[in-house]
Amino acid sequence: MSDTAKPLGDAEIDDKSKRDFLFTTTGTVAAVGAAAAAWPFIHQMNPAADTLALSSTEVDLGPIEEGQSITVVWRGKPVFIRHRTSTEIKSAREDDKKVLPDNETDAERVKNPQWLIMVGVCTHLGCIPLGNKGGENKGEYGGWFCPCHGSHYDTSGRIRRGPAPTNLAIPEYTFVSDTRVKIG
Amino acid sequence: MSSNASKAFKNPVVNWIEYRLPIFSFVDNSLGSQYPTPKNLNYFWNFGSLAGITLGIMIVSGIVLAMHYTAHVDHAFDSVERIMRDVNYGWLIRYIHMNGASMFFIVIYIHMFRGLYYGSYHAPREILWMLGVLILLAMMATAFMGYVLPWGQMSFWGATVITNLFSAIPIVGDDIVTLLWGGFSVDNPTLSRFFSLHYLMPFVIVGLVVLHIWALHVHGSNNPIGIDAKTDQDTIGFHPYYTAKDLFGFGAFMTFFMFFVFFAPNFFGEPDNYIEADSLVTPAHIVPEWYFLPFYAILRAFTADFFLYAFTPISWIMSAKLAGVLAMFASILLLLGMPWLDGSKVKSSQFRPLFRMFYWLFFVNCIVLGIVGGKPAEGVWIYIGQATTTYYFAHLLFIVPLISRLERPAAPPDSISAAVTAKAKKVSLDRFNPAEPAMAPGE
Ligand code: HEM
Ligand code: FES
Repeated sequence: MSDTAKPLGDAEIDDKSKRDFLFTTTGTVAAVGAAAAAWPFIHQMNPAADTLALSSTEVDLGPIEEGQSITVVWRGKPVFIRHRTSTEIKSAREDDKKVLPDNETDAERVKNPQWLIMVGVCTHLGCIPLGNKGGENKGEYGGWFCPCHGSHYDTSGRIRRGPAPTNLAIPEYTFVSDTRVKIG
Repeated sequence: MSSNASKAFKNPVVNWIEYRLPIFSFVDNSLGSQYPTPKNLNYFWNFGSLAGITLGIMIVSGIVLAMHYTAHVDHAFDSVERIMRDVNYGWLIRYIHMNGASMFFIVIYIHMFRGLYYGSYHAPREILWMLGVLILLAMMATAFMGYVLPWGQMSFWGATVITNLFSAIPIVGDDIVTLLWGGFSVDNPTLSRFFSLHYLMPFVIVGLVVLHIWALHVHGSNNPIGIDAKTDQDTIGFHPYYTAKDLFGFGAFMTFFMFFVFFAPNFFGEPDNYIEADSLVTPAHIVPEWYFLPFYAILRAFTADFFLYAFTPISWIMSAKLAGVLAMFASILLLLGMPWLDGSKVKSSQFRPLFRMFYWLFFVNCIVLGIVGGKPAEGVWIYIGQATTTYYFAHLLFIVPLISRLERPAAPPDSISAAVTAKAKKVSLDRFNPAEPAMAPGE
């Protein structure tokens, strides 16, 4: 026992690598433990099971005439459904060749060219663009216009001018029949 | 902070307590006759105490509101209307809280511009200043979440736009926004967590304020001429001199505050917020509360064709949207760097004419940014916003570092006491010989 009382340096024990190892492993285990304990407190903020369970929405397209649009609610968000006119389809296709901020052809954005179905939330900061109701400002490209910070969308819902970085999003949807669509 | 253990008080009960918990000497050393304070402080030094008082008013009025408020999307708007119409004096308490938020920001902005003018951020007060910037950030978070609670149209759409800012972050942006919302849009989970955090944050601010004042008391207040107090001649006890002066300021401030509460309670507000939130109708013109407008203008300045974006490497690495978001946060965080950006040896602008001129330009620039932030983003406002945004950053990143190192300031007086006596002499001479030109300083 008297050995241990000797001043260090006289009989220095070379256990540096052992200590380093213990220090690192203890530290790692503590960090993993802390992260595991923190996760429930972070993850509780994510959508709860009942919020996630929000069902899909079915829409009857029958009453929507050419040149008309409707807005339906899906997961608390507006979804724009537009029955496009042939001129709108034509101008959307013509613009396929141009260099757009977020390049996409019209064909990539629709399943049936007559029906343009998009999430009606501006990809800039989440306002609802105007243009889905008659008489509203449709912007410089004849589609939609977001008044919040001035984003212009074309007849395919593609961003053409303004601060929004991407085209209006396309939700998942399937045509149940010719006149019924299921969103989600 | 050290307690003065030897200090004896007249009252035996006080002495008994003091021996066990030296709280009386602590107060005396912090706000009493034993806290030496520069004797030349002007009225701009009232705003610190006003900020503290306003924080107290916000906490008291807020806790009372919380007794009647319901944090649920189906009831929030109605519960606030009930506070306004049915709860005894509910209208008064809500108007105090609502206008109190604006008063808080007025006071804090004056407090900060005071610091910028008199160089209060210089050594050894860097941490004191940085804690102040953190308090500003915490206040902004608190006020933002509070504004969502009444669940009006501006509450809802303001929350939507601001939370969506985080979607600009690459890769994880959308996940972060979902995490903040607790859903797929601003909805009930968002409202209830904002209420919880809105209740919490003011107490976090209290904690930061304690640190702020602790740091203040290590080296004491700066003063208009920015030189340190050297002898007892330069200082006076905080009590009764500054307690009295702060009380007078408090009276003047309350007159101003209560004018709005009683005669123009909705002056700072937006009429749209008296319309209940509707997730399918965006108001034609979304504006944040006035105290966010300059930062909102900076956010919106970054469009794809803004030269600061388009012609700089910024556009190679990020979208204009992300650049705007980062610029908005940077505009506040940059203030943390003031003590190092400003390399001058002399603190106060009184002796730095060139710096002073640019200070006022910066001040006007901030006001113009605020005006731009309240206008729709179209026409000439876009260009004014981009020019003033550029100038904001140019001031902090180039003008201040350069002129503070190039300018040769005038020599400040030898001591605070010398400056005060010289001024007093001049005043009395002017009074007795009004026709006489001012005397040359002779000492
Ligand atoms: C840092 C201090 C605080 C600031 C800057 C602040 C700011 C705000 C703002 C701007 C509003 C919206 C007012 C309106 O338009 O109606 C609000 C509402 C509210 N605040 Fe605070 N607040 C603070 C402290 C507190 C505290 C400590 C509580 C206590 C729980 C509280 C409880 C509430 C409640 C219940 C509402 C909703 C009722 C209403 O809208 O009038 N606040 N707050
Ligand atoms: S939210 Fe649509 S332009 Fe900003």
